Amino acid sequence: MKAEDYATRTLELEGWQVKLTSYKLGETYHCTADNVEPGAWIARTQGATREEAENKAIDRARDLLARTKRRPV
Amino acid sequence: MAEYTHPETLVSTDWVAQNLKNFSLRIVEVDVDTKAYDEGHVPGAIGWAWNTQLCDTVRRDIIPKADFEMLTGSSGISNETTVVLYGDNNNWFAAWAFWQMKIYGHRDVRIMNGGRKKWLAEGRELSKESPSLTVVSYTATPPDYTIRAFLKQVQDGFDKGKFDMVDVRSGPEFTGEILAPPGLPETCQRGGHIPGARSIPWAQACNEDGTFKSADDLKTLYANAGISGDKPIVAYCRIGERSSHSWYVLKYLLGYSNVTNYDGSWTEWGNLVAAPVERGAAKAAP
Repeated sequence: MKAEDYATRTLELEGWQVKLTSYKLGETYHCTADNVEPGAWIARTQGATREEAENKAIDRARDLLARTKRRPV
Repeated sequence: MAEYTHPETLVSTDWVAQNLKNFSLRIVEVDVDTKAYDEGHVPGAIGWAWNTQLCDTVRRDIIPKADFEMLTGSSGISNETTVVLYGDNNNWFAAWAFWQMKIYGHRDVRIMNGGRKKWLAEGRELSKESPSLTVVSYTATPPDYTIRAFLKQVQDGFDKGKFDMVDVRSGPEFTGEILAPPGLPETCQRGGHIPGARSIPWAQACNEDGTFKSADDLKTLYANAGISGDKPIVAYCRIGERSSHSWYVLKYLLGYSNVTNYDGSWTEWGNLVAAPVERGAAKAAP
């Protein structure tokens, strides 16, 4: 088994840069969402298609990122 | 071009792929996301969970010596075994495991450069099988705390110029804009950094593919922030794993002799009553 169709893309969610990494393992697409800075894993999802896996990761990441509070410095 | 000071502690994905059947090796995956191993891992690798197997689960501490001996022995790791660590997030918790293995005196431990990300991106073989393990005997050394900084040491020296302090969190965590990486739970009461600390986020030590930057680039990175290794260095982050990564860079790739990981990190300092806190950008390097 190898990761196939490996792809990454960056998007903005709730004001934060997020990197999506998706690939196919066997018959299943996997997706992870990381914040770009500092590069920490936020969500891991699966789906029958890349789109399904990515959308799940986006939804989960958006939910978590919405809770991140910015404070005045 | 300068070489890393301890290149023997770093192996490439190619090297690992060529050594999958080397029985003197034990490959260990240590992830932030403890479910990643089950999705597929380097063939023959075992998985360690950082939050239950590499931490004391009662008090906040590293794994106790007896538990470390049980973990390694039950993982088929003897004192003579070469251990190769890798993981997600560019090896954050692989470095955490490396640091603890050095605390307990394991001689031959290495990091797979680029970690899980590079292995996947290169389309290398993955397995869902967990290897069958033979339990062996393991005897750890007493903990070597010359590579670990405790709160009291930091409190006693941070404002006296006894050591250089490196904050390896992201910029917004350093300034106090956020209390934890975006999307992660807040674990402290106050934001900011330890007064006098230099901001050198861990990720600046890595290339886009997750591998470490060259020795020359790393030396320049730290030198530009006033860190040259002529004084002891204390690295910290939020809970101690990102700073393990930078500790590894400073001690093993750049060869600075006196480097400690303050694993209490901002979760400890940012919760202390009356601890001095600096907010905003770092002051200019001296």
